[in-house]
Amino acid sequence: MTTTNKDLKAVASKEYKYGWTTDVESETPEKGLNEDIVRWISEKKNEPAFLLNWRLKAFSYWKKLVSEDKTPKWANVKFPEIDYQNLYYYSAPKSKKQLDSLDQVDPEILAAYEKLGIPLEEQKHLAGVAVDAIFDSVSITTTFKKELSKHGIIFCSFSEAVQDHPELIKKYLGSVVPYTDNFFAALNAAVFSDGSFCFIPKGIRCPLELTTYFRINAAETGQFERTLIVAEDNSYVSYLEGCSAPMRDENQLHAAVVELVAMENAEIKYSTIQNWYPGDEKGKGGIYNFVTKRGICRGNNSKISWTQVETGSAITWKYPSVMLIGDDSVGEFYSVALTKGYQQADTGTKMIHLGRNTRSKIISKGISAGHGQNTYRGLVRVMPKAYKARNFTQCDSLLIGDKCGAHTAPYVEVRNNTAQLEHEAYTSKVDEEAMFYCNQRGISNEDAQSLIINGFCKEVFQKLPFEFAVEANRLIELNLEGTVG
Amino acid sequence: MSLLHIDNLHASVDGKNILKGVNLSIRRGEVHAIMGPNGSGKSTLAYLLAGKPGYKATQGSVLFEGHDLLTLSPEKRARMGMFLSFQHPVEIPGVRLDQFIRAGFNSLRQHRGEPELDPLKFDRVIKKNAGMVGLHQSMTKRFVNMDFSGGEKKKSELLQMSIMEPLLSILDEPDSGLDVDALRDVANCIKQLHTFENAVLLVTHYQRILNYVVPDQVHILVDGRIVRTGNKDLAHDVEADGYDKYE
Repeated sequence: MTTTNKDLKAVASKEYKYGWTTDVESETPEKGLNEDIVRWISEKKNEPAFLLNWRLKAFSYWKKLVSEDKTPKWANVKFPEIDYQNLYYYSAPKSKKQLDSLDQVDPEILAAYEKLGIPLEEQKHLAGVAVDAIFDSVSITTTFKKELSKHGIIFCSFSEAVQDHPELIKKYLGSVVPYTDNFFAALNAAVFSDGSFCFIPKGIRCPLELTTYFRINAAETGQFERTLIVAEDNSYVSYLEGCSAPMRDENQLHAAVVELVAMENAEIKYSTIQNWYPGDEKGKGGIYNFVTKRGICRGNNSKISWTQVETGSAITWKYPSVMLIGDDSVGEFYSVALTKGYQQADTGTKMIHLGRNTRSKIISKGISAGHGQNTYRGLVRVMPKAYKARNFTQCDSLLIGDKCGAHTAPYVEVRNNTAQLEHEAYTSKVDEEAMFYCNQRGISNEDAQSLIINGFCKEVFQKLPFEFAVEANRLIELNLEGTVG
Repeated sequence: MSLLHIDNLHASVDGKNILKGVNLSIRRGEVHAIMGPNGSGKSTLAYLLAGKPGYKATQGSVLFEGHDLLTLSPEKRARMGMFLSFQHPVEIPGVRLDQFIRAGFNSLRQHRGEPELDPLKFDRVIKKNAGMVGLHQSMTKRFVNMDFSGGEKKKSELLQMSIMEPLLSILDEPDSGLDVDALRDVANCIKQLHTFENAVLLVTHYQRILNYVVPDQVHILVDGRIVRTGNKDLAHDVEADGYDKYE
């Protein structure tokens, strides 16, 4: 009768399914980071002067932080110090000519997507989903652009946006996450290679779910994405982002920045499924995911909601946040973070209430298995003018086995006494007791586990667009499958 | 033939011998009560019969409908018609009670070669049975045992029993922590679920529930052995004299 124990061990050591590398020639500058590299990247991308200047300012700010030894150390994660001079800062597949159809895409790259279960060939025909596929750092192909442009929606790679809409980039870049925000935001600003740009004009409800798949490929390449989404008055957009990366020995740094701007009555839904290489059984290798994501509800009655399902990466350090400036604006954060093996996640959100009647809701679900360590870190700040601000926070933890850990660090700062804040939390276990209870009702181990885990995640999965909810469910089950002998 | 036949059962938990030669035979239609002081092995016997991990039989045999019970997984035992009402049922966040019961019920049906019951049909079943055990139907939409009162937990266990329709129900202290009214409700419900076709093994500390559920046999378990077996009057003797005189 020790099957359950064995099962739980098998869960904890589940192997990464998407480990391989694709043999595509990369065009990469030398290792390390200096002003010349920043200039090289900017020149390579034919950027206007304002952008180069911005990068250089960011770089000198970052250098200052490094010299003052101001790398962030407060998160509940452990890793050896990163040698920033031992990384490549730009990598792009060599064939960089404009493509008219998928037939022109490197077959190696297409095959890689096939393995990930993202057949572009099919996706192109899939009604309702526009795919801006990013392979390493350069956008390869963008579909559905014509359909979107009919509505005046701009959805393209960041590089294209810099060329075609420099005025918008100049206006909004860094307006939510300035390069001075934090160490990794400064690094990203200096060397970001590409990402997505999305602009929804006034009164437009984006008719498609916008999807981007990210992928890290070339060895030892720092991946610095930059995404900017602007929703003008009375507009709506739902944006999906999903990722997976190949097996690596060297730790790979990923420091993305995402900025969202919602004007009056606008709504932005941003969903993420993250499944990067988490490292091997002993915790070796794996992606370091240090991301800055922030949205700003600038207009009255605007709404931003973040939904994330985090299953990958060796280390996740991520706090999608909302600045609630407009009166009656709403910020939401729904998260499922799974850590197994030796994964570490320190994730949560910040809700900054500035306007009147602003509301925020935080639902965080942490699953820990094996030696995984999961920390929820959240801040709810109510500023003096945020009359009648409300927040509801729930952070729950599910433990699988007895070697993992769950931690919560909720911070609250209230400077207006009309605020109402609620906080709930519970910790539960998928332990022998729960499994036995299910077994005693005739439910097999496999079904019991999926019942318990799906139950735990349900509130968050319900917030995902339907196709993604199915994928998320499958992803969690895949990560924890093979548990019954 | 006995529904359950236990012969010279020895068992250990964490290397410690708890059961030291239990003999017990239960036939369909019977109610048996096992009474005993704390630490006598009552719950160990219940868990061992249901197949809880960590509970090991070291000697003896258990036959359930003629099958060697001890080699079967807990879910197989459940599917064969053995039900354990937990003294401390487990909480399962995010899983509604009705979903949970349906998952178990359908696995039993599958085992019997019957088609699964869809949520709508199952909803009618659970509605009827919730009424019978005295649990408000809204409770079945709540998460399994989350924020249930002591009485609600016991009734939820009985609701599950009523739907699973087991051959043998092992009830581990279904009376613990209940006030007089709740105790009567729970006891009446057990009586109602007991038929000529099934059997009940009731594990309890106190005699009072046996005023409602009248046992065919009462066994006194002390230090891992059944030291006395009798009819319902034995329970009254214990109530009056305590367990000391049997030790």
